[in-house]
Amino acid sequence: MSKFIKRFYLFLVYGFLYAPIIVLIIFSFNEGRTRGSWDGFSLIWYKKLFSDKEILSAVYHTFLVASITTVVSTIIGVLGAIGISPYRKKLRAAILGINQIPVLNPDIVMAVGLMVLYRILGLDFGLVTLILAHIAFTVPYVVLSVLPKLKQMPSSLPEAAMDLGATPSQTLTKVIIPYIKPGIFSGALMAFTLSIDDFVISFFTTGNGIETVSTLVFSMARRGINPEINALSAIMFIIVLFLLVLMNLRTEKVT
Amino acid sequence: MATQIELRNIEKSFGDHQVLNQINLEIEEDEFLTILGPSGCGKTTILRLIGGFETPDSGEVIFDDKDITQVPAYLRPVNTLFQKYSLFPHLNVYDNVAFGLRIKKVPEAEIKPRVDEMLGLVNLKGFEKRWVDSLSGGQQQRIAMARALINRPEVLLLDEPLGALDLKLRKDMQVELKRIQRELGITFVFVTHDQEEALTLSDRIIVLNEGIIQQIGSPLDIYNEPINAFVADFIGESNILEGIMHKNYDVSFSGKHFVCVDEDFYPNEAVDVVIRPEDVEIVSVEKGTLQGEVLSCLFMGVHYEMRIATSAEIYLVHSTIPRSIGEPVGLCVEPDNIHIMRKGEVEGDEEL
Repeated sequence: MSKFIKRFYLFLVYGFLYAPIIVLIIFSFNEGRTRGSWDGFSLIWYKKLFSDKEILSAVYHTFLVASITTVVSTIIGVLGAIGISPYRKKLRAAILGINQIPVLNPDIVMAVGLMVLYRILGLDFGLVTLILAHIAFTVPYVVLSVLPKLKQMPSSLPEAAMDLGATPSQTLTKVIIPYIKPGIFSGALMAFTLSIDDFVISFFTTGNGIETVSTLVFSMARRGINPEINALSAIMFIIVLFLLVLMNLRTEKVT
Repeated sequence: MATQIELRNIEKSFGDHQVLNQINLEIEEDEFLTILGPSGCGKTTILRLIGGFETPDSGEVIFDDKDITQVPAYLRPVNTLFQKYSLFPHLNVYDNVAFGLRIKKVPEAEIKPRVDEMLGLVNLKGFEKRWVDSLSGGQQQRIAMARALINRPEVLLLDEPLGALDLKLRKDMQVELKRIQRELGITFVFVTHDQEEALTLSDRIIVLNEGIIQQIGSPLDIYNEPINAFVADFIGESNILEGIMHKNYDVSFSGKHFVCVDEDFYPNEAVDVVIRPEDVEIVSVEKGTLQGEVLSCLFMGVHYEMRIATSAEIYLVHSTIPRSIGEPVGLCVEPDNIHIMRKGEVEGDEEL
């Protein structure tokens, strides 16, 4: 009996979590325009989605921003983590604390802050500010996913490389980076998914008609939801799901 | 033999803690030199100074008459065998061993035979494709040795390389180390806290304690003529007794006068007397200089270890003939086997 209750509870929780997504995916195949009734199976919204220039351009921007953000913040984050790791405990804890504030800080504070900063600096709102903002909020996550791997690495490993004649930069590329590669990979994946996922920061830091998927959906919602959005959301969900599975497989392999 | 490495007046502190104090040391070409001392005595720091992983607060490191104190590790003609092997986990055995040569841009065609040769030297042919995680501790240590030696270093630094191995494997590896050192004819600087290992392997031993060199000498010298009570105690078991040197060849301890072979002490100078347990002879009560009673008798494999109480002290005695507990016995010691040491003397004191 208690086993049944446990299972039922689990089912309830997951049902609560996943019901909206399931409904969304099902209705993305609905022929009719309304969400209240099922008018039959159709791929019409997917077809319309792929001919909607506005949406396609938002998808393009989303992935462009995510890709550039991932590359840049991974490089910054990895170098940052390597720089922090040899510090003594107290100093490292202090630096890490500062690193973690943006992670815990509400997005809206970061978003408004970035907007004000860019305005003061006189930057043109658009793709550049958007990418800069995404780099700013994803770097701490990269640092956090790389540091544990660095801590795990015995200090004698880079020393052994230098002992064998490797210069400090050769030691970095031939020993340290290969060792922390799993951490770099999961950091990069995290930066990528966070960038795709973000709405609040993008909303405040973009401009000049540059829309990401999330800002576009938001503005469309005000005009009344278009079922194309259902189809798009379903596709995005599948992509994120795929990335998450990939990320978990990686971490399982590492530990 | 020429001096290859010289440490001059080395001082090193970590924070408030002085790790090395006035270290002066010469390492000869092609010798097997062991730095022996308890953990925390600074022996690994000496090795790291030679390897280039630490710089001294003051003093110089000289290599072949050149000052290399500020030369970074990757430019020094020495290689290190680390305590925890430190093989690269992302590379297989072959790539680990080839690492140093690839850094030096040696052509692959030349690397292959040299890796083969090194794997042959450490008896691990056929392991090229294995991942280092799949190897046992002893195998990993051999690979680490091959990885270091393939660079044909003039000096190999070994930082307690056998510390993580079990006893049997350690013995095998000791033989292996000595063989490899003879075969290659290069200088080994070996750090250990295991006195037996030091005595077995070394041409010369440096005994270090609290950052100060206590004694430098051959294993035999250090075992037979320890300079002070610390060395005597650290190198094997011994009886260390408070004594008084009355005049040349006349010492008293345990309430009795003994003939010894030492001279040149102040009249009635207080000294430490060291007698190795195997040098104490058990004789009949009447013949003994000292009289005592057997407290315990343990079988140790080759010999019996006995504790014998005299009126003043308890003596540790090794003998192949067991005595029963409570048996009254006599003890005597040959003059040759009584080692007299000035209190607190260390290496170099006599020259001052």
